[in-house]
Amino acid sequence: MSWITSYPATTFMPIQATEIAKEVDLLYAFLIISSLISFVILIGGMTWFLIKFKRSSVDQKSAYITHNNFAEFLWSFIPLVIMMVIFYWGMVIFEKLRVPPTDIAAEIHVTAEQWAWTYKYANGKEFYSSANDPLVVPSGKATKLILTSKDVIHSFFVPTFRAKQDAVPGRYTQIWFEPTLPGDYIVFCTEYCGTKHSGMMIKIKAIPSEEYAAWYHAESKGADTPADKGKVIFAQRACASCHSIDGSRIVGPTMKGLYGNARKFADGSTAKADDQYLRESILVSTAKIVESYAPAMPLFQGQLTDEEVENLIEYIKTIK
Amino acid sequence: MSSTQTKTTHSHVAHGDNYLNHSSGLWSWLTTKDHKRIGLMYFATVATLFLIGGFFALGIRLHLAKFGSTPLLDPDTYNKFMTFHGAIMVFMVIIPGIPAFLGNFVLPIQLGAKDVAFPRLNLASYYIFVAGALLAASSMYFNQVDTGWTFYTPYSTAKTGNGVILLVMGAFTMGFSSILTGLNFIVTTHKLRAPGMTMDRIPLMIWALYSTSIIQILATPILAITLLLLAMEKTLGVGIFDPDLGGDPVLFQHFFWFYSHPAVYIMILPAMGVISELITAFSKKTIFGYRAIAYSSVAIAAVSFLVWGHHMFVSGQSTFAGIMFSVITMLVGVPTAIKLFNWISTMYRGTVTFEAPMLFALGFMFLFTIGGLTGVFLASTGMDVHFHDTYFVVAHFHYVMVGGTLMALMGGIYYWFPKMFGRMTSDLGGRISWVLIFTGFNVTFFPQFILGAMGMPRRYFDYLPEYTNLNQISTVGSWLIGLGFLVGLITIIHGIVAGEKASANPWGAKTLEWQTASPPPHENFLETPKVTAGPYDFR
Amino acid sequence: MTSVSSTSEFHHEHHFKSADHQYASSKQGIWLFLCTEILMFGGLFVGYLIYHSIYPTVFKNGSHSLDWKLGAVNTVVLLISSFTMAAAISYVQRGVHKLASIMLILTIACAGIFMVIKYFEYTHKFHVGTIPGKFSLVDPTCAAGGKRATCETKIAALLKDPKALEANHVHGEEITKLKAIISQPKWEMFYGFYFVMTGLHGVHVLAGMILIFWVLIKNIRRKVGPEYYTVVEGVGLFWHVVDLVWIYLFPLLYLVG
Repeated sequence: MSWITSYPATTFMPIQATEIAKEVDLLYAFLIISSLISFVILIGGMTWFLIKFKRSSVDQKSAYITHNNFAEFLWSFIPLVIMMVIFYWGMVIFEKLRVPPTDIAAEIHVTAEQWAWTYKYANGKEFYSSANDPLVVPSGKATKLILTSKDVIHSFFVPTFRAKQDAVPGRYTQIWFEPTLPGDYIVFCTEYCGTKHSGMMIKIKAIPSEEYAAWYHAESKGADTPADKGKVIFAQRACASCHSIDGSRIVGPTMKGLYGNARKFADGSTAKADDQYLRESILVSTAKIVESYAPAMPLFQGQLTDEEVENLIEYIKTIK
Repeated sequence: MSSTQTKTTHSHVAHGDNYLNHSSGLWSWLTTKDHKRIGLMYFATVATLFLIGGFFALGIRLHLAKFGSTPLLDPDTYNKFMTFHGAIMVFMVIIPGIPAFLGNFVLPIQLGAKDVAFPRLNLASYYIFVAGALLAASSMYFNQVDTGWTFYTPYSTAKTGNGVILLVMGAFTMGFSSILTGLNFIVTTHKLRAPGMTMDRIPLMIWALYSTSIIQILATPILAITLLLLAMEKTLGVGIFDPDLGGDPVLFQHFFWFYSHPAVYIMILPAMGVISELITAFSKKTIFGYRAIAYSSVAIAAVSFLVWGHHMFVSGQSTFAGIMFSVITMLVGVPTAIKLFNWISTMYRGTVTFEAPMLFALGFMFLFTIGGLTGVFLASTGMDVHFHDTYFVVAHFHYVMVGGTLMALMGGIYYWFPKMFGRMTSDLGGRISWVLIFTGFNVTFFPQFILGAMGMPRRYFDYLPEYTNLNQISTVGSWLIGLGFLVGLITIIHGIVAGEKASANPWGAKTLEWQTASPPPHENFLETPKVTAGPYDFR
Repeated sequence: MTSVSSTSEFHHEHHFKSADHQYASSKQGIWLFLCTEILMFGGLFVGYLIYHSIYPTVFKNGSHSLDWKLGAVNTVVLLISSFTMAAAISYVQRGVHKLASIMLILTIACAGIFMVIKYFEYTHKFHVGTIPGKFSLVDPTCAAGGKRATCETKIAALLKDPKALEANHVHGEEITKLKAIISQPKWEMFYGFYFVMTGLHGVHVLAGMILIFWVLIKNIRRKVGPEYYTVVEGVGLFWHVVDLVWIYLFPLLYLVG
């Protein structure tokens, strides 16, 4: 399997395949250096004391020192400050890892199961890790994955991207990355999921973005996109009888411009209309009622398959 | 305050009567209400369980070394080894280890009391523990627990066999033992201190056990209900964690870690108490910063309830929650650092000797510092995304649980051994054991930090070729650890059977247990002690 | 105050300074244990509150399906039992043993009434099919692999069968309620919480009955009295907590719709 050898592990950290990986590694270097310094101070100091204050005779007396307020203050305050710096630095990186940029070049639905992955592109094509298909993404551009699972919790971990997110059954999570260079990057499942937990590695194949565009459009010939299928469902289930697509108000809120914008609810709370929100609203509409509307929508839990829900969401995203 | 000893007791003790020969026969041990005997029974039980858990560990490491061309274990067996190693070590060794064994023995004596507040409850705690351990162990026979010790749903509810129910109900039962022991210790500390022993004169071992007991009382009931719900879901299909029935698998993680994070402080706080005792005794110097160490124990206990989400940064938890948990986790590091500085300052201008107990204490300092520092790596959200569920985490928690708690337990055993048995262990045996364990431990687990940074996930039956060398080094280390514990076991048994007689205070320490005979009389003291000073006055 | 002479001879445990010392310590221990009980139920309450807020209609329908009158009777019964328990403690403290025994027996009787009412509630639910999880399906094995939505529930089967409806005394208003229940996906969630919460509570009621019976025997044998009544108080406190948990369960489960 030659694709394994494209994963150089010659350094303690894997290669830095994204810009964020470089930032993570900088924090890592800081942590290592500050830990080393702390270790030397503590254990080095301790070793020195052990040598210097080794008991030399049976009746030798020790000093009597109960406390030292200034020293105790210093070694409480300084570690606190350093830890707050580390916290803040980590938080900044965490936000970058979690919040995808606005210009996403590829959005792919990745579904985990025991013990394989399925990747579904917006052009309707599906690929399967069980057929050794790689997850093809553009290099130099941002890709977002919508993750879920068909059975138990799995996790999508790309060491070279320093990125990881659990794939949870019954909901969507997301992960994004931008590989700087083309290449093959390994993905591990990293939440224990049974017998072949260590046997569901896949590779991300990043190709230059022009090649990706060509590949993507070539693949789409003759396939109904998920959004097309969603349009059909929207009609078949009579969604349009309550939800307009042109901005007018019927029984329920319009679908126009819905995706990605903020919603205000009857109880005063707000949320962003992202994939998770749409899924929840379709299946269990009573969970969040939009301000000034009645809870009149029937619940579709158990009446739509996961795939149909995904297709509907893709269609709603196109209604701008 | 008057003593309530009778003349009869005086003359008994004059003839060398102590708690060991106070009554004889197996039945007198099995029905004892004496906290000292109960402590020793816990020792025997926990030591046996440790050997079983250790067997699974050696099996895991042998498999992962890939010395042969075919794998040692098949994937399902490996996953079961992984599960039982974790479940046994966590629930049956590290959580009860120091409190139920050393704590039971030492706490009443250090307080100047005759026993714990509720001796019969203490015995009941022991039997509940044994019952729970047997119930949990029976799942090995049914052979189907491969969920990892964390039992994440829906894998544990929907996808694996019914052995989980036994293991989980066993842990549930052992939880009650933990609660009742904690309850006993709190009331004993409040109500049975010797005259003159105010709360700011109790030994730091007691402060540590007291803080631990608070956690045990407050956190364990949540584990109880979580495991009960898990069992209900498997047997009755009550779908609270099952997405098919409207449940939320991440809710399980919240419930589980709400107990299990404070649980790790149940594991480490008593160890820190032992270290306080060891360092003052072997530096022959009063502890530096008594108040700070005492209050930091309580602070750690309190804050430990607020950080559980740091196990769930990538689980689907919101970014905001992750950030909150991260900052509070950083705060918990401060009282811990304070203790380390205070212990080292205790050695400053002391008069240090290096008997086996002290070596284990120093080993703790070295290993726990590394473990604690790597905890900061994991508390930082941006960093944890890479390290979560990799071998970096495995290395971190072994450094704190084994390098921390287990080292302290061993140090405590060698330290209090003369008091328990009236004999000395061979100090050479203890030192050899220490060298093997300390070296072996670093050889086993330091490479795992590197493996984690390189991306090797945990709970992996198989791995990519570039991880092989470090895995092999790690396995060799595990043999050194095994050898070290074997030497330790021999040293302890030899000490019990043939050790030279010990005086009341072979270490020259100052806490109350050293002011009574080795071994102590049945009711600990001839006369109730009167306390006029703090516990570590070496002037 | 005259008191019936008590023949209990009481020696405090050797490790306590005095009987008072033992009494105060025992009380502290009992209160700590009760805290753990409250925390354990507390975990369940938190879970309940979370799901109630996510699925309000399911919980409203489920609550309506419970007979609040039976629940109210149970509440009154337990309150009376707490009173008789307190009276029993007071009589023991004053050495009035015969009345103490009567009060303890009344407490056990009240607990028994509670359990009998619960028995009827539970069996009706089993017959009708308002039960959680896979056993609410006609074929419990049907639900595996995410196909639950296609499986037939026992309630649905019952509603189709007039003979069974008669046999189980299911009439007009209840039929409407059952229809409303199964119209909601994830309706079983309510019953999951109902059975686990009342079931765990029921286990504690049974344990309480056994403990009170044990105290009754002690009282009859005059092992408790004005000199030593700690165990009576301890069991009494436990019983009050059991009552308290029900006081919260009743409105949350029965009244909140």
